[in-house]
Amino acid sequence: MSQIDFEAILAAENSFSELQVLDENGQVVNKDLLPDLSDDQLTELMSQMVWSRTLDTQATKLNRQGRLGFYAPTAGEEASQLASNYAMKADDFLLPGYRDVPQLLRHGLTLTQSFLWSRGHAAGNHYPAELQALPPQIIIGAQYVQAAGIALGIKKNKSGQVAYVYTGDGGTSQGDFYEGVNFAGAFKAPAIFVVQNNGFAISVPRKKQTAAPTLAQKAAAAGIPGVQVDGMDALAVYSVMKAAREYTAAGNGPVLIETLTYRYGPHTLSGDDPKRYRTKELDDLWKKRDPLTRMRAYLTAKDLWSEDKENAVVEQAKEEIKQAIAEADATPKQKVSSFLENTFEVQPQNIQQQVADFKTKEAANNG
Amino acid sequence: MAKKTMIKAITDALDQELANDDKMLIFGEDVGKNGGVFRATDGLQAKYGEDRVFDTPLAESGIGGLSIGLALQGWRPVPEIQFFGFVFEVMDSIGGQMSRTRYRMDGSRNLPITIRAPFGGGVHTPELHSDSLEGLVAQFPGIRVVVPSNPYDAKGLLISAIRSNDPVLYLEHMKLYRSFREEVPDESYTVPLDQAAVAREGNDVTIVTYGAMVRESLTAADALAKDNISAEVIDLRTIAPLDTKTILASLKKTGRVVLVQEAQKQAGVGGQIAAEIAENGILYLKAPIARVAAPDTPYPFGEAEQDWLPNSDDIVAAVKQVSEFN
Repeated sequence: MSQIDFEAILAAENSFSELQVLDENGQVVNKDLLPDLSDDQLTELMSQMVWSRTLDTQATKLNRQGRLGFYAPTAGEEASQLASNYAMKADDFLLPGYRDVPQLLRHGLTLTQSFLWSRGHAAGNHYPAELQALPPQIIIGAQYVQAAGIALGIKKNKSGQVAYVYTGDGGTSQGDFYEGVNFAGAFKAPAIFVVQNNGFAISVPRKKQTAAPTLAQKAAAAGIPGVQVDGMDALAVYSVMKAAREYTAAGNGPVLIETLTYRYGPHTLSGDDPKRYRTKELDDLWKKRDPLTRMRAYLTAKDLWSEDKENAVVEQAKEEIKQAIAEADATPKQKVSSFLENTFEVQPQNIQQQVADFKTKEAANNG
Repeated sequence: MAKKTMIKAITDALDQELANDDKMLIFGEDVGKNGGVFRATDGLQAKYGEDRVFDTPLAESGIGGLSIGLALQGWRPVPEIQFFGFVFEVMDSIGGQMSRTRYRMDGSRNLPITIRAPFGGGVHTPELHSDSLEGLVAQFPGIRVVVPSNPYDAKGLLISAIRSNDPVLYLEHMKLYRSFREEVPDESYTVPLDQAAVAREGNDVTIVTYGAMVRESLTAADALAKDNISAEVIDLRTIAPLDTKTILASLKKTGRVVLVQEAQKQAGVGGQIAAEIAENGILYLKAPIARVAAPDTPYPFGEAEQDWLPNSDDIVAAVKQVSEFN
């Protein structure tokens, strides 16, 4: 018999529980965690989630029609994405992953630009100075180490901002995930690291990423607080995120938040077929937990939401999407000479030569 | 004006830029209180404080991400990678992120980052300290790779790199740190990026080189002069992107060229220079291009360095070969 009780140590390390405010029927199960949101704010948050669900449906159609390019579906993740973002301030710094376009849109990116990003047009990533965000990050984990840098910069600038960054469950296996949270912890920098655990990294289930029963507990390796929250519960996500913001902005260092969520659609629209790795039973189980259903029930009971209100949001979203696609269509075609000009601020001679060559070619093509 | 080693010239440049720009930051592993493993940042934390010069956790990728984030928050980071052999850990931050940020954001953001890293052979380091990996990073559009060969250039190029709003990899050859002294002005000055220097004028053959091989090439040129061969030595200084114009102007005069690098033949930038010459200067050539480079093995075990590293004898032999070609 060992003198060290490893099973007891493991049990202590694994003592994490999921925070919830609303159950699946929209009933408040945890009054202590109920956020202090006005009726208008509650309605606004619900509108954002409905708007995002509509965008997902429409974007999927537009992708199928070839009118959008790269697209990572978001349906199911509205609470995780929009309620977390709703707790942040307009000048906080957002570092999104490739699925986190809804947060970027609420943070100030235009819909037209997000469509241009999807299509692969540089104008989609031309961020005005006041937009405190980076474009969606494709290299899983890179946004985490960069968030540590943004947060340290914020701390040095004493601007009172907070950096917030998202990755998925698979992303927690990356080295940059750990380095990012660990650096922010060592520098006591104001950052919130969100892990949106939707159960699958493409086809690989969460359990194949790690033996850890929660992802929130990975915060312990950085010596920072970790919280696991019901990611289908907008009020719980908002409350946890808001508390994390206050905690980290007060100079206490970073927080890691795991949201338990689900994506109803495929990983991306680039050929992934979830039927290969997910059952209908699992899909149905998570659809019962839908973030819109339970917020709808909660707000309807408070007489803050109705079918008419919802339809109005959907119609407005469709109209905005139509306009944005038209604007994206009208955006001038990209020029290689512009790419060259944007590669350096001061052009070395190879770039100067190639700019001249491409400008000649582009002029000939236009003439 | 005083005679200074290259490491002293580098410290002076860092010191003066810390004084010149209060947004400049120095960070890395052991660069703070310890003053760096080569003393490149010696005394800087004491002078400018821990907010400006600070140690990081031991993780190169994290240092890369930290640099990008700090730059986007208006700071001017000058991070250090302790030895360039450790660049593999931070390759995404360099090649996947910082070199592309200006481009991917359509020119709406700059990343004024200068990464300092020692490399280079001849000082019997353990594994993966001395490897010449500049050829890897020279292939990333959007980042400059600068390799000084002497104290004067080291100071002026580093100041230019730090002031540049584009990212720069500034690679310091360990053997050059303290092997000789040279007159270096005490005051601040710049040496332009993107411009090669003619380290020695000559008429018969052009030697194109960089880093520690500049000294070897100058030694070779002295030896060749005794045999009445006048070699022109071009010190690239910025090895990516290349100053092709200076190379071609010299080649036009001499008609013969030897490319010299410490890296393995399949690495470095020799192949790229040869291709530029083949494209734009082939009619100047009176002889085939010759290359002096290390053998295509991993960097050697310490005791074998002298047998493996290219030296002035190899350069003399290569120059004679192209000189005798008719």
